[in-house]
Amino acid sequence: MYTQGLDQKGQSADKRDSNESPAQLEAFQKRIDAEEKIEAKDWMPEAYRRTLIRQISQHAHSEIIGMQPEGNWLTRAPTLKRKAILLAKVQDEAGHGLYLYSAGETLGTSRDQMVADLLSGKAKYSSIFNYPTLSWADIGAIGWLVDGAAIMNQIPLCRCSYGPYARAMVRVCKEESFHQRQGFDIMLELSRGTAAQKAMAQDALNRWWWPSIMMFGPSDTDSKHSAQSMAWKIKRFSNDELRQKFIDATVPQADFLGLRMPDADLVFDKASGHFKFGEIDWNELKEVIAGNGPCNKQRIGRRRKAHSDGDWVREAARAYGEKQAARKAA
Amino acid sequence: MSNKEWPLYEVFIRSKAGLSHRHAGSIHAADDQMALNNARDTYTRRSEGVSLWVVRSSAIVASDPAETAAFFEPAEDKIYRHPTFYKIPEGVENL
Repeated sequence: MYTQGLDQKGQSADKRDSNESPAQLEAFQKRIDAEEKIEAKDWMPEAYRRTLIRQISQHAHSEIIGMQPEGNWLTRAPTLKRKAILLAKVQDEAGHGLYLYSAGETLGTSRDQMVADLLSGKAKYSSIFNYPTLSWADIGAIGWLVDGAAIMNQIPLCRCSYGPYARAMVRVCKEESFHQRQGFDIMLELSRGTAAQKAMAQDALNRWWWPSIMMFGPSDTDSKHSAQSMAWKIKRFSNDELRQKFIDATVPQADFLGLRMPDADLVFDKASGHFKFGEIDWNELKEVIAGNGPCNKQRIGRRRKAHSDGDWVREAARAYGEKQAARKAA
Repeated sequence: MSNKEWPLYEVFIRSKAGLSHRHAGSIHAADDQMALNNARDTYTRRSEGVSLWVVRSSAIVASDPAETAAFFEPAEDKIYRHPTFYKIPEGVENL
């Protein structure tokens, strides 16, 4: 999902550390199996810590980069109401990023370090934010589909074994359902509008559907880190299980909108009670994660510029803070 | 440019009068006033609070999880502190 980078080859975050005794690891696993929450200062295997730092930071980066595709339409929202709503939503994404950085910092890394890893390209963010937002309907499609997929992923994360991450997710999930509904609301209005508006909604769905279901990451047969993350109860459902849930929930919503899913193989399977869907273009997902999506360079370039443009502001604020503290002490 | 990070603050929110402040998370800020403003913008965008506390994370003194058992042990064996320790004869009421 927001941490597809974890599923890539050559990543060995879950390798055991040699100085950890089998007894320690066993005691830790017992706590996990008993559904005890692990808190920041508790003993934990280094691999558990590393996996969480990577997952939480990539999740945080996704929220921060995710502001860009929607921010693209802030000045061109069709009405003042839509603009105010979109502003609130983009602000929420910034907030989600901050909750997550804060959860990540409890594991002994710093926000500056996590941000540095994003800017250097070492840390990944979700593939979905490397697609362009070409029309206003894309804002509807993102809220409805991208945030909808995010909710599917984030609800089980509220029960993640790591306390600070789970608590951040509870907060995020509360806010996320506003995001999904505002997206659906945009799609609803367009699909009930003129022929041109309906075509715009359909076009957005055509472009966002496949990337949205790719958000859940590689299929279970190719996902390297699922098993360990499941055992540690960082992850509760597999990529394919969550993808299926999302598709089952979303297809009837598209029907309600009178829009067509861009998948000729999509069919309801009475026997299983699930929708069967066509083959995902895994090569596309791989390319986007590798940095070759339509907007990768633009997204990271913009983040780097924003960060360096803010250098003097952070520095000035820090100098002011230190001056005040010194005066207070004197 | 200095690379020094802004200090970390822990954020506590009182959700309504009559309830205690409760830990919500943390934020970075360059000074105390900015810490309050950042805490408000990050943790109370939906009227989650009527009062905010922020405190430098470095100022918090915490018990050590590795010592939890020993640290809290004195409370473990004093079951007579709980009302259920005492047997009340039948027929005695309002006790």
